[in-house]
Amino acid sequence: MIPEIGHFALILALIAALIQGVLPLAGTALGVRSWVNVARPAVFANSVFCLIAFGCLMWSFYVNDFSVVNVASNSNTLLPWFYRLSATWGSHEGSILLWTVLLAVWGLCVALFSKHLPQEVMARVIGVMGLISVGLTLFMLLTSDPFVRLFPAASEGRDLNPLLQDPGMVFHPPLLYMGYVGMVVPFAFAVAALIGGRLDAAWARWTRPWTSIAWIFLTLGIALGSWWAYYELGWGGWWFWDPVENASFMPWLTGTALLHSLAVTEKRGSFKIWTVLLALITFSLSLLGTFLVRSGVLTSVHAFATDPQRGLFILALLVCVIGGSLLLFAWRAPRVGTGGQFELFSREALLLVNNVLLVVAMGAVLLGTLYPLFIDALNAGKISVGPPYFDSVFGPIMVPVIFLMGIGPLVRWKDASVSDLGKRTLWCLIISAILGASVPLLWGWSTWVFIGLFLSFWVLTTFLESVRENIRNIRGNFFRKISSLSRAYWGMMVAHLGVAVFIVGVSMVMTYSLERDVTMTPGHEVSVGEYNFKFDKVETGIRGPNFIADKGFFTVTKGQKTIAELTPEKRKYFSSEMPMTESSIDSSITGDLYVSMGAQTADGAWIVRAYDKPYVTWIWWGCIIMSLGALLAMFDKRYRILRRKDADKYGAR
Amino acid sequence: MKLKYIVPLVLFLALVIFFVVGLGRDPREVPSPLIDKPAPEFALPRLDDPSKVVSKKDMLGQVWLMNVWSSWCGSCKYEHPNLVKIGKSGQKVLPIVGLNYKDTDGAAVRTLRTTGDPYDFSVKDPTGETGIEFGVYGVPETFVIDKKGVIRYKQIGPITDEVWEKTMYPLIKKLKAE
Amino acid sequence: MKKFLFLLCALISLSCFAQAPQSPGAAPDVKPTILDPVANKRVAEISSQLRCLVCQNQSIADSNAELAIDLKNQVVKQIAAGKTNEQIIDFMVERYGDFVLYNPPFKLSTLLLWVGPALFFVFALAALFWTLIKRKQQKAKPLTAEEKARAEALLKGTKSNTKKGAV
Repeated sequence: MIPEIGHFALILALIAALIQGVLPLAGTALGVRSWVNVARPAVFANSVFCLIAFGCLMWSFYVNDFSVVNVASNSNTLLPWFYRLSATWGSHEGSILLWTVLLAVWGLCVALFSKHLPQEVMARVIGVMGLISVGLTLFMLLTSDPFVRLFPAASEGRDLNPLLQDPGMVFHPPLLYMGYVGMVVPFAFAVAALIGGRLDAAWARWTRPWTSIAWIFLTLGIALGSWWAYYELGWGGWWFWDPVENASFMPWLTGTALLHSLAVTEKRGSFKIWTVLLALITFSLSLLGTFLVRSGVLTSVHAFATDPQRGLFILALLVCVIGGSLLLFAWRAPRVGTGGQFELFSREALLLVNNVLLVVAMGAVLLGTLYPLFIDALNAGKISVGPPYFDSVFGPIMVPVIFLMGIGPLVRWKDASVSDLGKRTLWCLIISAILGASVPLLWGWSTWVFIGLFLSFWVLTTFLESVRENIRNIRGNFFRKISSLSRAYWGMMVAHLGVAVFIVGVSMVMTYSLERDVTMTPGHEVSVGEYNFKFDKVETGIRGPNFIADKGFFTVTKGQKTIAELTPEKRKYFSSEMPMTESSIDSSITGDLYVSMGAQTADGAWIVRAYDKPYVTWIWWGCIIMSLGALLAMFDKRYRILRRKDADKYGAR
Repeated sequence: MKLKYIVPLVLFLALVIFFVVGLGRDPREVPSPLIDKPAPEFALPRLDDPSKVVSKKDMLGQVWLMNVWSSWCGSCKYEHPNLVKIGKSGQKVLPIVGLNYKDTDGAAVRTLRTTGDPYDFSVKDPTGETGIEFGVYGVPETFVIDKKGVIRYKQIGPITDEVWEKTMYPLIKKLKAE
Repeated sequence: MKKFLFLLCALISLSCFAQAPQSPGAAPDVKPTILDPVANKRVAEISSQLRCLVCQNQSIADSNAELAIDLKNQVVKQIAAGKTNEQIIDFMVERYGDFVLYNPPFKLSTLLLWVGPALFFVFALAALFWTLIKRKQQKAKPLTAEEKARAEALLKGTKSNTKKGAV
């Protein structure tokens, strides 16, 4: 019964989405007030029905209803309850349902927090989101129905992929999708601006918070996925340039460009057309990512069901949404107009360079990801584009971006002087070069480590220079001076420092990681750098809820001191043939000590992988700090004041 | 000046065309670089009589099939009837040599006995090294080798009726006439 | 203030100094596997450049698939036979094609792949500077009589027909 309710709710959601999509847009075009007012109730209905459908699927998982194909394929009576719930989004159908739900909920949020928007803007934004909802819901109902029944019902399910039975995997899809899907809001605002033929600082101010929130979720979602891969897959890798990872990274790159572009459009009225285009591109890349992952045109470790028929449908959706919006752009962009003027050397110009470079970086990733497809389609053979390519191409493009990131906050708007800047930052250059070189000189020279650390110290020292300059003229004690600087300023600085932290992590771990891959029996030791890993014992036959494990006990020492005790496991899940490895990690601020057990050899010894990964956690801490910075910037007092002003000026009648 | 705004749309549509073509392709299929190149040298013992070693030069002067199979291969069942039809117990189109890949003698012999032996004979490659020489990456795979010992075609996956009628049989007829 | 900054930076780099890793010591009773980067550096190096053909997207170094293991063993054999890294990789490419290379080859068909990003980089920045310079030149145009009158009216604070809310 419940699955049928869920299925029916999806149909109702489709109808609500149709109303949400068509009426408000038609209403603003034809001037029918009552149609425009339908926007809010329609999106509310859409969200409610989607949530009901989602709840029904989740319930089916919770009660082990194996008469539903999706539940039978992805769950099991022995599966712990929290994984039964997260299995709701563990499959293609379930994750499309998650997409649809989040799309509707984002629409609801826009409706709830739009009292300060002019009616037509709100109606167009919600209308556009409704049209996209129609596409997604139709896709689900026609090709990926999560409520398909199994007759006769199975007595036991196939179980959730053991790789997904992990806390990281529980939160990674929702977080990532909140970001991925959330980019629809700036997209809708951009389309609304193109339809209305008007774009001003107010528009940028409305769009910014939504973009920030989506960006924060996207950053955290990607970081969580990377961290999960690191501790779960057992090889110590944290980024593989896999097509699906690239599919989430590309909207992040253009989303970052969009955030900065919006700041300029809001403050200075410049970059209008470019900002609109970035908003369109970012969500288009989200949709493109969905296509790449589910159509089967690319091979990936993440790929869901590869069904060309589904692929064709998503492609049609892409053509309608992306093609439609780009057509609208080509037609209406000139009406939006250009903005304020600025000199060739000014903060605006530097931000524009930053934007362009981020788009170039995205282009490079896109080229590498799609190239095998291009070559195959042209019958020119079959090639693979793997991590070595991306590493060699991406780094060099990002170097100038990070360098400019340090300069940007120091440069004045509209018109700035290069010599002035040079004088102020000379000490930053020198200190960064010295400190950047110090580590590779002691640990083993690597040009890339030098560049990476130079850039990180550059960001730090230019930050200090910026603070020094800004508080120079403020009276009072140190705290007074610091708190007088706006939250937007501190948010920006914290986010940039997060990037610096991230770069330190990447540079150190990519060059100075140490690894041993050996066969051991209890009593053996292996040394990794200055650490000694001793294999104490193995306990076999430990029962988990749905697996049996062999647990290894290791003691890690440095000289005489015991640093850590690690307990990796080798698990055999009842439902799967493949044994799973659970690594054991000791994390500290200066790095990780990591052990995972491979297979057992014929003579009963164990294959053991032991790693020393210096500063690896700085990678994910960097991402968290970036997100905190963006969050801080959102709470700048300026917004509250201006929202009240907007509400008075435009507010809902 | 207005024309530049259409560039994003044009780029996107070009991308879509590639995707439409790409939907019809299999990104995991690896075409063989050995087509029209001489087959690698090999010297493998026969499955039925390990003291007899068969090498490449023994097969020169005729057009023949090398079919990679194993007892643990599931998809091999699909092409088995076609192999029987073509082989020594059927139409006798051309000699078929089985390459028993990464298998044990016992299991292999048992499989042939239960499902029937379509091969003129099989040779065994338990370590898979000869398979690597031939660029084998899965089972079943079939090579069409001509009189001079040159690989002329590689079938990845089971030999279906369609593949046989449209591609393999016409090629084999042509090679026989050379 | 500057003194404080110097101290801060010095403290940060000091923490890095304190933990410089040294090369691994000997552990005679432990048998390294073929992927051990210390004992079998070349196998690890070569394997990370070769793609596992039956996996979804992994190098043979990262995969435990049977074919991956067979190929790794083949690499070990060839190293023992004295082949160079290049020769071994060529061996694989001869039999499996360019698909097996994780680092795409540099040929005519991949020219766009290798040169593309750099070209895009240069082209994009050039286009940007060209646009900025052109815009500067455009703004040098003087105001028309109507625009001048409007500007004066605005400056005087009188009513004009500018759009509400526009910037």
